[in-house]
Amino acid sequence: MSQNKSLSLSRRNFLKTSLLAGGGMLIGFNLLSACKPEAILPIDISNLNFNDFNAFIKISDEGYVTIFSPNPEIGQGVKTSMPMIIAEELDVAWEKVSVAQGFYDPKNYQRQVAGGSQSIRFGWDALRQTGATAKQMLVNAAAVQWGVEPNTCFASQGIITNATGDTLGYGEVVKVAANLEVPENINLKDPKDFKIIGHDITNVDIQKIITGDPLFGIDYSSERMVYASVLRPPAFGNKLASFDDQITKSINGVTEVIKFGDKIAVLGSNTWAVMKGKKALVALWENDTKLESTDDHNFELIKILNGNKFETNREDGNVESAFKVADKIIERTYESPFLPHNCMEPMNFYANVTDKKVHLVGPIQTPAWTAGKIAKILNRKPEEIHLEMTRMGGGFGRRLYGDFAEEAAQISNIAKKPIQVIFSREDDMAAGTYRPAIKYRIKAAIKEGKLTAYHLKEAAINGNMYGLISNFFPAGCVPNYKVSTANYKSNITTGAWRAPFTNFLAFAEQSFFSEIATELNKDHPQLIIDLLQNVKGTTDERIQYSPERMEATINLVINKSNWGKTSEGIYQGFSAYYSHNTHVAEVADVELKNGMPVVKKVTVAVDCGIVVNPLGAKNQVEGGVIDGIGHAMYGDLSFEKGIPQSVNFDKYRLIRMEETPEVKTYFVESNLSPTGLGEPGLPPAGGAVANAIYKATGERLLKQPFINQLEISKSKLLG
Amino acid sequence: MPNYTLRINGKKITVNVDEDTPLLWVLRDELSLKGTKFGCGIAQCGACTVHLNNSAVRSCSLPVSSISGESITTIEGLSETGTHPVQLAWKEIDVPQCGYCQAGQIMTASAFLKEKPTPTKDEIREAMHGNICRCASYNRIEKAVKLAAKNS
Repeated sequence: MSQNKSLSLSRRNFLKTSLLAGGGMLIGFNLLSACKPEAILPIDISNLNFNDFNAFIKISDEGYVTIFSPNPEIGQGVKTSMPMIIAEELDVAWEKVSVAQGFYDPKNYQRQVAGGSQSIRFGWDALRQTGATAKQMLVNAAAVQWGVEPNTCFASQGIITNATGDTLGYGEVVKVAANLEVPENINLKDPKDFKIIGHDITNVDIQKIITGDPLFGIDYSSERMVYASVLRPPAFGNKLASFDDQITKSINGVTEVIKFGDKIAVLGSNTWAVMKGKKALVALWENDTKLESTDDHNFELIKILNGNKFETNREDGNVESAFKVADKIIERTYESPFLPHNCMEPMNFYANVTDKKVHLVGPIQTPAWTAGKIAKILNRKPEEIHLEMTRMGGGFGRRLYGDFAEEAAQISNIAKKPIQVIFSREDDMAAGTYRPAIKYRIKAAIKEGKLTAYHLKEAAINGNMYGLISNFFPAGCVPNYKVSTANYKSNITTGAWRAPFTNFLAFAEQSFFSEIATELNKDHPQLIIDLLQNVKGTTDERIQYSPERMEATINLVINKSNWGKTSEGIYQGFSAYYSHNTHVAEVADVELKNGMPVVKKVTVAVDCGIVVNPLGAKNQVEGGVIDGIGHAMYGDLSFEKGIPQSVNFDKYRLIRMEETPEVKTYFVESNLSPTGLGEPGLPPAGGAVANAIYKATGERLLKQPFINQLEISKSKLLG
Repeated sequence: MPNYTLRINGKKITVNVDEDTPLLWVLRDELSLKGTKFGCGIAQCGACTVHLNNSAVRSCSLPVSSISGESITTIEGLSETGTHPVQLAWKEIDVPQCGYCQAGQIMTASAFLKEKPTPTKDEIREAMHGNICRCASYNRIEKAVKLAAKNS
């Protein structure tokens, strides 16, 4: 698809070069315009300066290359994989490349967001074009130096060679290159010639991580900086009535107590002092809005499912008439709780608000959006906001929301000094923006041994599935198909959580298909493959997934997992799901140990197009699968009168080493452009495990977390 | 506030802090040793693991006043330049995703291997069970501990 693509887009729209005073050359580019072929920068091109770019390549006089990786690193590996793509087309040895985190550009940001597993997908062409353009500039510069035609020269591994065999290193031509016109009509490499892409490259920050270098937001500090611990309303629905800070102020190290809105910040010289000071605050709260409990949510969501007030997201044929003439109808309700993100690095942010500018430093997935919000809150000009991104100790969607950065800015604005807000784990788990509780009811009609209708109803807290999801499988495969959604508005705040909606929907759907397969006396993967045939060659452009790619992915997992041929005592469950443009199929192997199912192994097949960095890609998939299993098994955040009931790891259970299965990952070989990888491994995992547990125990799991039902069954079993 | 003299990474250091201050915050806030991480504050996640005389301890729940002359090793002092066999194994296997918990994982693993140089798979899994990795890089942690055992 992107082989030897000749580019017609004007390079000058997104790339600019400059000589550096200290030697070498700097190439700036803007991925906003580069990502969209039709896009042109919204400002006068002749007046571009380096503030208008958000990604840079520096080539030194010695030929060393520094790439400023534009997207924030939350652990998904883009700080390594995005520069790999540039280095590939630039054609330099990876050993000569170093990577630095790019800085936030308030004027012309591109997709400077880590979320939705889209960094590589959107960046792929632009990063390749940028690398290839830079390489052509260097070749052109060498040609000028030699007085020959550029097309008689070629470059490889940082060295340019001409027809007579003379060579020049990249570093030797940067001075000339920096003053040349940006070339157009660039050729990209044929993927078969890739020397870096497709090879295992170690995380570029590995040395810093293993030696404990201060890389993360929480590690940042500046002179005069004080720490801030914030007391927030304990229940969703509370507001602050009054408070007494007398004891707090008597604590060694506490310097100041600041009320802002319904929150109280305790400032001081060390984290321990401010955390103690916060605990010592005596605050009175009053009810502002309703205090909701998990029982209320269950009641409301079931009421929605039993009612008839739904939006229709997609409707094919007529499900109602198909149900009327069905031989058999299957209907199940699947339920999931709220989940906190639980990034290992608790939320934190540094702010120094002065008359001149607002300096912000910390872990954030959405620097541009957050800077904009802070400008508004503080009534400052956008160009006064300077936001530095740090490496992030996990994101999972939580760091899309900059509430903690806004708090830091507000506190610093009042205190008139540099401060760092640090959440305790309890603060972090109680502060909201959770994965919302959702219930799905799925109803299927079977007639003459065939699936004739499929109706999915979603009842969710605060919002419903995004528009594309109703066009995922089995849309197009079943003649009568309908997706209906409705939601209940709660004052408990919710947000994106790794693979939003699909993280639970995939479990519900693939558990349901396992039941349909049992009913039809068919093998689950074979049922999916049979259904996929119905959508091949479709002219329906809304359909998101590729039946061909999904079928190949399923076949790969069947083959690699030894599906249906395992030894006694091993029970297998299957699941396949398309999300974030990636096709994934998984098989879980489960054993019974003292009446409890133990997940021993998960085999995963993934089609994510070209795998940029297999070493990092496997890590993403393994992590996603184990994360999916962990939360399906144990994840549970309930509420009592607006108060979250488990706010630290003594009560909130995350998957640990001894519960972790071996994960074996296989990629479908592909020459197609890369697609998302940070999320798609997760959604199918819960279903694969539930379907394996069904084989082992005969019990269908309809509710997450599974552990509740499993423990009840175990105690029944053991009498 | 009282003074406490600690032996950290081979150096004697005196700090002036409240007696209930956990070692974690002495390391991070007083001494700017930011490698030891804050995760939960209640010794449940292992991110703050350091060595107290060769044993892995949770520094978030260890008041500075309870330390009396033991030698403390943090991730910064495990080796000069990241060449401890456990660190090298972490690098070779490319363990980290976000990387935040890894200092704690490495400190737990290195103390464990000192005590048990040739562990079985189950012993590794049990020893590392107290350290949460939210990115779930557990498969690689297990492999890296095995590799470190082989190479030490």
